[in-house]
This record gives sequence, structure tokens and C-alpha cells, in this order.
Amino acid sequence: MDGVVQLQRQLLDYTTQLFQEGFLNDQFTQLQQLQDETNPDFVVEVVSLFFEDSERLLNELANTLDQQSIDFRKVDSHVHQLKGSSSSIGAQRVQNVCIAFRNFCDAQNTEGCLKCLQQVKNEYALVKNKLETLFQLEQQILAAGGSIPM
Amino acid sequence: MESCDCIDPPWPGDELLMKYQYISDFFIALAYFSIPLELIYFVKKSAVFPYRWVLVQFGAFIVLCGATHLINLWTFGMHSRNVEVVMTTAKVLTAVVSCVTALMLVHIIPDLLSVKTRELFLKNKAAELDREMGLIRTQEETGRHVRMLTHEIRSTLDRHTILKTTLIELGRTLSLEECALWMPTRTGLELQLSYTLRQQNPVGFTIPIQHPVINQVFSSNRAVKISPNCPVARLRPLAGKYMPGEVVAVRVPLLHLSNFQINDWPELSTKRYALMVLMLPSDSARQWHVHELELVEVVADQVAVALSHAAILEESMRARDLLMEQNVALDLARREAETAVRARNDFLAVMNHEMRTPMHAIIALSSLLQETELTPEQRLMVEAILKSSSLLATLINDVLDLSRLEDGSLQLENGTFNLHALFREVLYLIKPIASVKKLFVSSSLAPDLPEFAVGDEKRLMQIMLNVVGNAVKFSNEGNISIFAFIAKSESLRDSRAPDFFPVHSDNHFYLRVQVKDSGAGIDPQDISKLFTKFAQCQSLAARNSGGSGLGLAICKRFVNLMGGHIWIESEGLGKGSTAVFIVKLGIPEYSNESKLPFFPKVSANHCQTNFPGLKVLVMDDNGVSRSVTKGLLVHLGCDVTTVSSADDCLRVVSQEHNVVFLDVCMPGVDGYEVAIRIHEKFTTCRQGPLLVALMGNTDRVTKENYLRVGINGVVLKPVSVDKMRCVLSEVLEHRFLFETC
Repeated sequence: MDGVVQLQRQLLDYTTQLFQEGFLNDQFTQLQQLQDETNPDFVVEVVSLFFEDSERLLNELANTLDQQSIDFRKVDSHVHQLKGSSSSIGAQRVQNVCIAFRNFCDAQNTEGCLKCLQQVKNEYALVKNKLETLFQLEQQILAAGGSIPM
Repeated sequence: MESCDCIDPPWPGDELLMKYQYISDFFIALAYFSIPLELIYFVKKSAVFPYRWVLVQFGAFIVLCGATHLINLWTFGMHSRNVEVVMTTAKVLTAVVSCVTALMLVHIIPDLLSVKTRELFLKNKAAELDREMGLIRTQEETGRHVRMLTHEIRSTLDRHTILKTTLIELGRTLSLEECALWMPTRTGLELQLSYTLRQQNPVGFTIPIQHPVINQVFSSNRAVKISPNCPVARLRPLAGKYMPGEVVAVRVPLLHLSNFQINDWPELSTKRYALMVLMLPSDSARQWHVHELELVEVVADQVAVALSHAAILEESMRARDLLMEQNVALDLARREAETAVRARNDFLAVMNHEMRTPMHAIIALSSLLQETELTPEQRLMVEAILKSSSLLATLINDVLDLSRLEDGSLQLENGTFNLHALFREVLYLIKPIASVKKLFVSSSLAPDLPEFAVGDEKRLMQIMLNVVGNAVKFSNEGNISIFAFIAKSESLRDSRAPDFFPVHSDNHFYLRVQVKDSGAGIDPQDISKLFTKFAQCQSLAARNSGGSGLGLAICKRFVNLMGGHIWIESEGLGKGSTAVFIVKLGIPEYSNESKLPFFPKVSANHCQTNFPGLKVLVMDDNGVSRSVTKGLLVHLGCDVTTVSSADDCLRVVSQEHNVVFLDVCMPGVDGYEVAIRIHEKFTTCRQGPLLVALMGNTDRVTKENYLRVGINGVVLKPVSVDKMRCVLSEVLEHRFLFETC
């Protein structure tokens, strides 16, 4: 039991840290609230969907920005999608970079876009890492017989 | 031989005399015969001779006289009776004819004389016509010269060319020795020699304008002969030995733009003249003729007109250049302003995000904390933290609002709220701080103050807190009292608010709140600065740190938006101050406690908690967003179908669906169009599903448009569970919902 409590506390701390560092925001909390007995894996499902979507979008972005003549409208639409996805799950920092990315798109600033793409990739990698760690902790708690604190 | 008794034989001594008589008679006859011959000859020669009859008569008379004399030749000697008969016949005839002629001449000679008179008359007339012809010709010449000159002068709009050409052409036309133009200087007190004909670059020497000759010339619009010794005429040293040529001067009016009145063409309105001086060649006996003077006057007028045109052109070119410069400068300023506004908006947007994140963390974690096990005191504290932080979130919104306040795009969110409860909350929030400073806060609400009112509760709370907060901030001791009552009409019109015109109506009342403190007071001259943004009074700033000075400015704007007025009275430093504001609030139609504002409060939640069996269609092209929305709705018990495109949506939507959520930020899809097409699908009398648009940004303009297109509600993403709950409640209950940001 002690281990479970410790794990739970660890989870809470970790979550709090994520919130404080701005990786996640209130929206993520909302998602967690939607998870219940009828829908036990809601968050994991949504987050996996997010990972798939984002990876696809990031690849598309890399391709589009690699062209000789960049189609900024296409770039903008991809970034818009990414922004939507990240805001839906509460990936705060990714969302913020997307906002800046869109501004560069509007200004048709290639260098800015490339920089933002790099940033988005970084942020995405970070948040993916964090979320995966979070899920791992949750799995550990569940495996140890505890329940995930809300 | 018979000798007639009528004639005595002549005495023999007079044979000489007889001989002479004989010869004379012979010659007379000869002459008398030749004269008619000559007459006939010459008359025949001349084409017209009116009196032929007279000639014939005269001829006959002369011939007969000649005949008589001829016959006389025979009567000197012895002559027969036949000769005598012939002689007598001839004489008789002659007598007859001569008498007739004499009688005729009486009539004829006056006629002949009158012919002479007429001839004389005609000759005079001819001479006169000749003279007039001469005059006309000269005038025509002059006219031609003038036209040519005018053409030359008017063919250019350049001032210098005009003047130079004038002088050259005049010099040529009138064969002048010298021609000069004196222009008035800027001061108007002197005339300066500007152009001459012969000298290339005239020395700019000047003459004072107040000279009798100059005045004389300026006072008349005719060309005036002046003396060659006059200073304006003394342009070159006298070259000739004799008299210098005659000099004429004429004024040239210089017209300004302002002189052109529509009705009086410039005669008197101009005061500035230039002087044109023309000199005939010296040593010639030429004199100024009238037509030449006229020519000069006409030319002077034309020059004036041409100069004025040139001046107008210069003026308009200058104005145009100025305008272009100004345009460029304005354009630059506008672009700079736009850049600044954009930068500010970007900054605000980003800052907003940055500020909201910790806020959300606080709110989220405090609400999480609230769910845990807490002691009652802890619970109270956590509730206070939540209330304060939600107020802070509102404030952060208002920083964004302030920029929108200035743009004028902020609108109040009116709703029914509990007025008494508002005051209680204010007190509740202020009391802790006040008690730390050992201040006593009291409030008294008038008994006729309604319990419920319609207005913007959030902002009214903000105003109250600001005002009361200021009272607490600037007092170190004493008490703070809050009075609230309904303002009657007399008290509404205040001399301090000259442009505040309260409009009375049946379902509104004016709430007047006075907050009196016994604190530091305010210097009367600082009062006007209080409501300006970012301005702080020296004394107060020195004593209290913190506060950017935005508070009262925002309050004032909100109060004004609420149709009211706010001001502060103070008797001076150390004498405390009273803040008063009046706002217009509505009276609710029914005091319904359950009709709470939509904005989800953490404490009160009257929304329906579950919607079992509600059929909902979600249209969103973003997979993640779609599944989140679906998850939300499923959590609330709805039966959810999802589609990812507008076409699928139109295909799938049916009468069974109660609500359709449309994500209107899908690129390439026009949210309005989808809504319109959905409505088209259900144009039968049975109503289609309720449409709710999900938007990612707070664009006020499109909200109004959605309303027009028939969308029942607009909700901003991200949506929390509570928000979704309340959205569905409101939309289903009222078929109407617009979330404000």
C-alpha cells in the first residue's frame, strides 16, 4: 500500500509539475474528468490519436517547407490542424508555438517558419515524452492495485 | 446793177477799215465754226456728258453766228438781193437760236454750277474716307500686333519668359530704344529694376515707390507720358546729342490668388503694380501716337493676366507638391500606427496566454484542492482563493478588454444578478485586508434598492472592488463606509458632470454608490488626473507602491458604458475622500433566482447534469478535437455521431439529431454555408436540429453573422465538461446561447 501511495504522490507531483511548467493546461484536466468506468482509456486513446496526428502533420510540414517554392497556405493549414489538436488535449506549449508559427506563415517568413518547425518538433517531443512517462506511472499504479487519483 | 438804198456806199477813205472788218469777220466765222467742231470732238471723246442738248443748241447758235459773219463778208461790196435774203434768214435764225439758248442757259448754268459743288463735296468725302481708312488700317495693325504679342506672351506659363517676351515684342513692334520693367520689392516700399530689353542682366537698382510720377502712373490705367528725366526712365546714359526720345510708362497690375472674386474682376482689389517704361529712340522726331499708347495699355493688361496665370500655376504646383509630401508622411504615419497596433495586439495576445496559464493552474489546482478533505477554515480559505483568482482571471481578460475598450469594441454582458449579494461579496472580499490595516468597513443599502438587477455583474463587481480597494489602499486608519441607493432625478444632474444626461425609463433605475473614507485625501488639483490612464499623483505614488494606475481609468470606462458617471470628491489632503458613481441598471421582468448568468461559476451550477439519449452530431475535421468533443458529450450521456467534413455532415444530418456541433474553424469550409445548407434541408415546418458553432478564436464580428445565418449558439474552444453541460442546458432550454469571452 505504501508503494501505491508513494506512486500516487509521485503521479500527483509529476502532474503538478507538468502544469506548472506549462506543458499541459486545464484542458487536459477536462479530459481526465471524462474518463470513467464506461470510458476507462479515454485519455490514452485521445493522446495516442494526438501523437499519430502530430507526427503526420510534422512530416507534412517538413516536406512542404523543404520545397523550392513554399506553399504557405498549405503550411498554414497544417499548423492550424496541429494547433487545434494540441489545444484539444491541452498541450499548452505546442499550442503556443503553433500560434507563433501561424504568424510567420502569414508574413511568409521562411526562416521564421523553419525555426518554428524546429521548435514545434522540440516541444512535441518533450510533451510526448512527458505524457508517456505519465501514462507509465498510471500503469504502474494500476498494476500495483491502486487507483488513479483525480 | 441796182444798188440798195439801205446801205450808203461807204466813203472811199475807209477801205482800210473795211479790209480789217473783212478779215476780222472771216476769222470770227472761222472761230465760230471750229469751236463747235472742237466741242463735238471732245464731247465725243469723253464718255459722259449730260448736256448734249445744250451743246447742240450752242453749236447751232455758234454755227449760225459764224454763218452770219461769213455772209457778212459778201455784204461789204455790192451784193445781190439773194445774198441779202440769205443774210436775213441767217440772222433771223441766229436770233431765234441765240434767244432760245439764252433762255436755256438760265436753267442750265445753275445746274452746271451745282455739278461743280457736288464735285467739290465728293472730293472732300473721298479725302475723309481716305483718312478713316488710314485710321482703320492703323488700328488693324495695332490689333494684329497686340494679338501677336498676346500670343507670344500667353504661350508660356513661365513668369520670366512672359516678361522677357513682352519686352522683346514690344520693342520690336514699336521700335523702341529701351523697354524696362520695374517690380515692387517684397516690402512693397521700393521698385526694383527687374527686366530690361537691351541690357542682359539689369543691375538690381531700386527706387522708392513714393514718387509723384510713379503715383501718377499707378493711379490711372492709361499709358502716361513721363519726363525722360524721371528716375525710372534714366536707365542708360544719354547717347544722343539731342533730345532723348519720349518716354511712356504704364502700370501692370500684379494679381494674387486672393484677388479673384467671382463678381468683381480685378479692378480695385489689387494694390500691387509693376511699372513698365518704354522709351522711343532718341534723336528721332517720333512721337507717341494714340494707337501706340493703346497698344501699350492693352499689352500691359494682357501681361497682368498672363502673370496671374503663371502665379496661379506656381501656387497650385506648390500646393500639389505639399500635398504629396503630406500624403507620403501620412501614409508612413498610418503604417507606423498600424504596425504599432498590430504589435500591441500581438503582445497582448501572447501576454494573455502567458498570464492565463498560471491562472488556470491556480484555478484548476484550487478546485482540485476543494475536492479533497479540508477543514472548514481551509475550505473557506480555498473558496476565497478561488474567488480571488477568478476575479484575477477577469482582470487579465480586462487587460485585453482595455485595448478593446479603446477601440470601442467592448460590450457589456448584461444578465440578471443579485445586487445585494454583490455588495455582500465585495464586503466579504475587502474585510480581511481592511482588518489587517485596522480599518472598519461598513455598508448600508437603501431599503428600496431592488434585490435583483440587470447589468454586467462582473464589471460592476470590478468597479466596486476598485473603488473600495482604493479607499482601503489610501487609508491608514479610520473607517470606510459604503452607501448604495437609488438615485432620484435631482441628484442625478450634477454640476461636476455637465455632459451626463440621465434618461429615465420605466424599466431602468440609477444606482448611486458612495464610498467614503477617512484617509489621505486628495489635493483638489490632482482630482482631474485621477481618471487618466497610468497617471498617479505624486504624493500617493510616493507612499504606496504597486498599481499601474489603470484601475480608475478602466472603472470610468465601464461606468460610462453603463450609462453613468463616476467622480471623486475630496476636501483636501488629510481630509479623506468620497468616491461616487452612478450606473444605470435594468429592472428584471421577473425576479427569478434560478435565472443565473451563463458564465459557469465554480460555486453555483444549476445546469442539467445529464442528457440521456440526446442525439448529437459533431462535425470537426481535426481527429483529436473530434474525439475530445465526442468524449465530452458521451460523458454527459449523449448519443454522439461524428463526421469529419461538411459534405458528410450534410449527408448524415437528419431530423433525429437534436443538436449539431459545427467546428467553424475548418480551413476551406465556410461555416455559414454549412449552417445555411443544413437549414435548407429542414425547411419544412418541423424544425431542424439546434446548431452550435465551435470557435477557436474570439472574433466578435463573425458571431453576429452566425446569429443571422440561424445558428443557435456559439461556443469557444476549449470546452470543459461544465461548460459543455451548461451549453447544452442553455441551448435546449432557450434555443439560444452565445458565449461571451
